[in-house]
Formats: sequence, structure tokens, C-alpha cells
Amino acid sequence: MLAALRRGAKLFVVDPRRTSSAQWAHGWLSPDVGSDVALANAVAREIIHAGLADGAFIDRATVGYAEFAASVEEWTLERAEAVTGVPAASIRELAHTYATAEHAQLCWTLGITEHHNGVDNVLSLINLALLCGHVGRYASGLNPLRGQNNVQGGGDMGAIPNRLPGFQDIEDDDARAAFDTAWGTEVPPTYGMHLSQMFDAMEHGDLRALYVMGENPAQSEADSTKAIALLQSLDHLVVQDVFFTKTAELADVVLPASASWCESEGTVTNSERRVQRVRKALDPPGQARDDVDILLDMASLLGHTWTYGRPGDRRSIAEGIWQELRSLSPLHAGMSYERIEALGGIQWPCPDEHTLEPSFLHGRLWHDDPAERGRPAPFSVVLNSPPVDALDDDFPLRLTTGRRLDSYNTGVQTGRFSSPRRRAETIDLFPADAEALGVLAGERVRIVSRRGAVEAPVRLDTGLRPGLAFMTFHFPDEVDVNVLTIDAVDPKSGTAEFKASAIRIERLPVPAAAV
Amino acid sequence: MSEVTLVDAPRRRIECTVDDRPVRVGEGDTILGACNREGIDTPTLCWGDTLTPKNACRVCVVEVEGSRALVPACSRKVEPGMVVRTDTPRVRHARKLVLELLGSSVDLSTTPRVDEWYDRYEADPTRFGEVARTVAQPAKVDNDLYVRDYAKCILCYKCVDACGDQWQGTFAIAVAGRGFASHISTEYDVPLPESACVYCGNCIEVCPTGALSFKVEFDKRADGTWAEDRQQVTDTICPYCGVGCTLSLTVQDNQIVRVGSPHDSSVTHGNLCIKGRFGWAHVAR
Repeated sequence: MLAALRRGAKLFVVDPRRTSSAQWAHGWLSPDVGSDVALANAVAREIIHAGLADGAFIDRATVGYAEFAASVEEWTLERAEAVTGVPAASIRELAHTYATAEHAQLCWTLGITEHHNGVDNVLSLINLALLCGHVGRYASGLNPLRGQNNVQGGGDMGAIPNRLPGFQDIEDDDARAAFDTAWGTEVPPTYGMHLSQMFDAMEHGDLRALYVMGENPAQSEADSTKAIALLQSLDHLVVQDVFFTKTAELADVVLPASASWCESEGTVTNSERRVQRVRKALDPPGQARDDVDILLDMASLLGHTWTYGRPGDRRSIAEGIWQELRSLSPLHAGMSYERIEALGGIQWPCPDEHTLEPSFLHGRLWHDDPAERGRPAPFSVVLNSPPVDALDDDFPLRLTTGRRLDSYNTGVQTGRFSSPRRRAETIDLFPADAEALGVLAGERVRIVSRRGAVEAPVRLDTGLRPGLAFMTFHFPDEVDVNVLTIDAVDPKSGTAEFKASAIRIERLPVPAAAV
Repeated sequence: MSEVTLVDAPRRRIECTVDDRPVRVGEGDTILGACNREGIDTPTLCWGDTLTPKNACRVCVVEVEGSRALVPACSRKVEPGMVVRTDTPRVRHARKLVLELLGSSVDLSTTPRVDEWYDRYEADPTRFGEVARTVAQPAKVDNDLYVRDYAKCILCYKCVDACGDQWQGTFAIAVAGRGFASHISTEYDVPLPESACVYCGNCIEVCPTGALSFKVEFDKRADGTWAEDRQQVTDTICPYCGVGCTLSLTVQDNQIVRVGSPHDSSVTHGNLCIKGRFGWAHVAR
């Protein structure tokens, strides 16, 4: 993005916090946490009223425009300013800049998705792209920037409850039939549970055994006190991980695994859908074993003999599994290991070995031939819905959580390197809020939500908006921030509303010695 | 193999002559590019394949017919009909002198290929007195991730460009001082942990002399356990965010000792962040 800025691109950052990206931006819009739909709808209304919508594209390639346009009509700039806290002039400038740009992208991360209405937030952004025809063209589009190195690949490979490998719908009989034949078994025709549903099922006693691989839900789940209790209530918990995590401490069986990024062979898929080769550089320590070997043994114990590649040859085994995937996933059919290596990664879709598709999706929407254009893209009517954890007199501050540059998630990996930039967990407050509370920078305070409380020192941050507090979740062993967060989940994505908790700050009693 | 070839935007072809050989290059290519295409090995120090040429070191100079002065091959663009000579007595003399002056003032002991160039150009840095004397100083060891050993710094500016406007946009370092006192410095010369440094290590990636190095490498060199003959480099993908940077892991005795990234990677062109560059202690033994 910095390179694009140097070439003259314009950047607008929409974030309640003044991030380092915001420091480079032509415009920084700081909406109140959880008012994203209001902002997007106001941008849409402004684009429509200014006559900047791409009418030809809307007519040819979309459906549902009239209902959508009617639904955003109430979102005047003034009303949006009142709800989001962003000045009307800034919303107008963003709307006009976006709509009149030849190419424009909307990029987002968890600030959009970690809400009880995360899917609606995304739909409201899709509406904007459709409104301006900023989709299906080079350098334009919608870019969810993935927060983990293979979150895209995990979904693509079917590690989500409603998809088979190659992102094929489990309820699609034809897709399932191919897997039934290849695997010699019948794939259940119904969707499974996502993570949040699994915790619900644990709570209702419907899920009694859990096999966790490379995840630390005891510390990463919202409302972690509840999550730990549910994990403890299981009849059987298996954890397969590189480390003895807090979740592993609760387990009946722990399977030490190798680090897939440098002690194994295979592929990962990045944010731009680029399938890339991962290679073994180190031998795993002690009894740690490759995930694939553990799974093959597991299959064997369950009465299945799975054979891939040449025994003992890690690359060959990984390639054998990949060849099976290619035979079942049209998106990946053209990606041989040789070709992935020669091209430094290949973006899907890649249906055959002789061509490369454009780096963007949905180009069909611009086709002159209606048959080639296919199913029109739908606008969605999206209503603004404030965070579930409402602010009131007892919990007057909004807490949002996020990451810092040098740490990663619950710190299982990054906690071990000595980063000069790392500082311990703090509760970041807007200076005026701290003054009103009568707390000083560095003062240790108690942070209370409707679910729990933690203690951390205060840090003042002028990059916050008034009423907003910020914490990371990198140091759960010292300050378990997810004790505070709410497990209200988006019914469609299953993602919890990590980004919006209601809290209050309490001063700690002054120690006797200091009086 | 696939039949796909990825081509750049079409460019006009230009003909020139390098060491009496006719060479065709694309419009905008440099003399260095033409030399590389012809397999003519040209020493470079301040030139970087991902950076704008800085013309600081002058070790790549060549003769161009009609040009009064020698020209730096790394930055001078090929013009139609240009006649270039890379191995004339004048070129050899200039390269020899540049190497001798650099070697007499700076510690080039960890500069790749410099001994080969000394031999090729019969350079003897001791002609100007004790080797590496001018900028001799203790290494700055102020954090656990990387070391700044400015006794090895030739002031090529590559680290400054990589840190600043050409890649990282952090601007933690710049050239401070004048004349012999010129040096690469943080603001007010503060230690790195007090500076704006974000520890992306993109300066290490472009440093041509080893002045900037991983602490692990620095320590191993100091205690004599740095052994390049026991090292392998393996390319893999960073385990952290969704950008998907390629990591080139240098491994010695089942330990990661250095992390780079291929400069021709379309994802980040050799650049990483602190997590990819240094965040591998969890697989250290």
C-alpha cells in the first residue's frame, strides 16, 4: 500500500483507532465501534444522490438495487454523523473519492468481521463495490486481509463445517458424489458445527469429545472463563499442538506435533488466494511428529489404510495428498507442485495446467454476453445494529481488542522471541477519559466487564477516540483479556464480537505501605 | 511443465555494444543489466536489485565511448548505439583504486566476493596504510535481534533507502555528520530500542558488507562457530499473517541462523516484518 501511495494512490483509513496505516492516509475516519453499517449506508446514499453510481453496471450485473437504494435513504450524512461520530464532510469526501476513482479496493480485517453482525458489515461493503462497479476488474475489488497465514487455505481445503475441499458445498449432491467415490465412503450430506456452535453444543451436553489441532481456545475464545469450564466438562479432550498450551493442560491426551511452517512439507494459501509451498528446514524436536503422520496413524487405528507418496519422503507424501486434492477440487486442478514452485505460488481458480486466470475474481460480471455474465450479484439490505454489549452507567467505556506489530494472537509463538518493541499488556485510554476517571499513566487499574475483571496498567493514547479503550490479547498468562470479551456471535459466520465489550475502570485501593 | 510464460509489458529493444559484442536490451535497461545478460561479471556494492541506484561506491564503473568520465554501470541507462567497455586499463585501475580505498577505511572481511575482486583487479588496500582503520569502532549491540557493526559500513545508503521512502516507510535511520564523520545513525544516535526502528530487518536484507547482521550470526562469528559449509537455505512461508511472505531460512546444525526473503518474490520483494524476520525462537532448540 505504501508503494501504491508513492505512485499516487489515495488511502482512506476507517478505524476507531489512529493506526500506523492511518498516519499515511489522506483521510482517517474514526467511527464509533459497531457503527460500520451506518457509515457504509451513508456512503452509499451519498454516492447515489451525487449521481456517481455506475448505473450501467448496476442494470446489467446486479439485482436488488431498488430495495437497497430505498433502504439507505434514511442514512443522510447528518444522521450518519450523529450515529458514527464521523464528520459529514469526511463521509462525503470518502464517498466521492471512492466512487470517482478509476480503480478502488476495499480492504478489511477483523474490525469488520469480529462483530455480532460481521457478515452484515461485509455485505454493506459489497454493496458499495457493486454500486460503483469496483469489482471484477483489475486493481479493483473487495479484499479481506487474512490475519493468519493459512486461514484462506484452511477454508479452501474444507476445514470449515459447510464445505468440502475446493470450497464445494457439502449439500451439493454432485460435489459430494465425487468425494464418496474417491474416498470409498459416504460423506454426510449435512453441515457440521462451527467453533461457536461447538461450544454451544458442549454447553448443552451434545458434544462430549473434542480433538483440537493447533488452536488455543482456552485463551483465544471470547469469555474465556466460560470456554475453559466447557472444555473441562468434556468426557475426552485431545490436543495436537507444537506447544503445551493452556488448552493442552486441560487435555486427556496431548499429541506433540511438528511446526508445519518449517518442519514439514505442504502448501498454504495467502490472502490473495495464492497457493504457496511450505518446506521442511528443521527436524522436529523430541517426540514431535508430523501432523500428517499422526493423522495417518489415527486413520489406521480406525481401520483405514491411507497411503500417499513414498514412505519416509516428506515432500513425496505431501505431494501425494496434494494430487488427491487436485483430482477433487476444480479450483486447484491446474496446480502441480512443479508449477507452484516455478511460479512462486499460483492464485486460484486454476482449472488446468496450461493457463493462468486473472488475479481478480468475478470478471464475468462485465461480460457482454448475458449467458457468460451469469447470475447477477445481489445487493443486500443491511440494517445498522449496535454492539450487543451495550454501554450504560455501570459499563460506560467501549473496549476493543487487537494486535500489536511484534506479537501474534495469544503469544504462543511470538512470546518466545525477545522483541525490543514489546511492552506488557496495558489498558489504553483516551487522555481525557483517564483524566475524568482520575487515573494516571502507569497506574494499575481494574478493568471490569459484565463477564469478568482483569488488572492492567493504564497507558494514554491520543490515537483513540473519546470513550474508547484498547487492549491486546497477546499476554493471556499475565492479563487474560478474553475474560472481558463477549461471546455474542454472528449467526452466519460464528465469529464472536471480540471488538466491542462494555467496561468500566476501577481504581485499586492504595496499598497500605504507600499511604 | 506449464506452458505459461509471464511477460513484462512490451518494451522497445535497443542495440548497443559491450566489449565489442552486440547486445540487445530493453529500453530503460542499465549497462549493468546488459553486462549481466552477457555474463560479464561486474562488481557491485551499493547497487541493490530492489532499490534505486545510489551511485555511491563507484566499483561498477565502465568506459562509455564519447563520455569524458567513467560511468556507473548500475544506474546509467543503455542508449541506442552506445559502445561500452568493461575491462580497459582505465576501468581496471578505477575499480582497483575504489576497492583499495574502501578496504583501507572499512572492514570488508564479511563482504561477499571482495577477496575475488581484490585478486582480479590486483588491489592492495594496505598501500594506504593499515586496513580498515578509518571507521574502526566497536559494534553497536543494543538489542537481541540484530547488530550494527559500523566498522564494516561503506555508507552505501541502502539501509537508509530500505528503511525510508523506498520500502518500509519507517525512517528510523539516516546519514548524520559530514565528511569523515558521516555515519548511519538513528535520530540523535539513540540506541535502537529507543528509536523508531520496527525491526523489520529490511536493512539487513540489503546490506552488502555484513555491517548489519542477525545477533545469532554476530555471536557465532565472534565465538568461531559460524560455519557456512554446514548451512543450507530452505524457502518456506512465514507462519504468521495472511500476506504469505516467503522466508529463506538459513539453517546450521538444525538451528535457524538467518532469515531472508527472495528479492524476486511478487509478494513482498524481499521485505519482511519483525515476526517473519525474527519471530522463530519458538522453533529454536
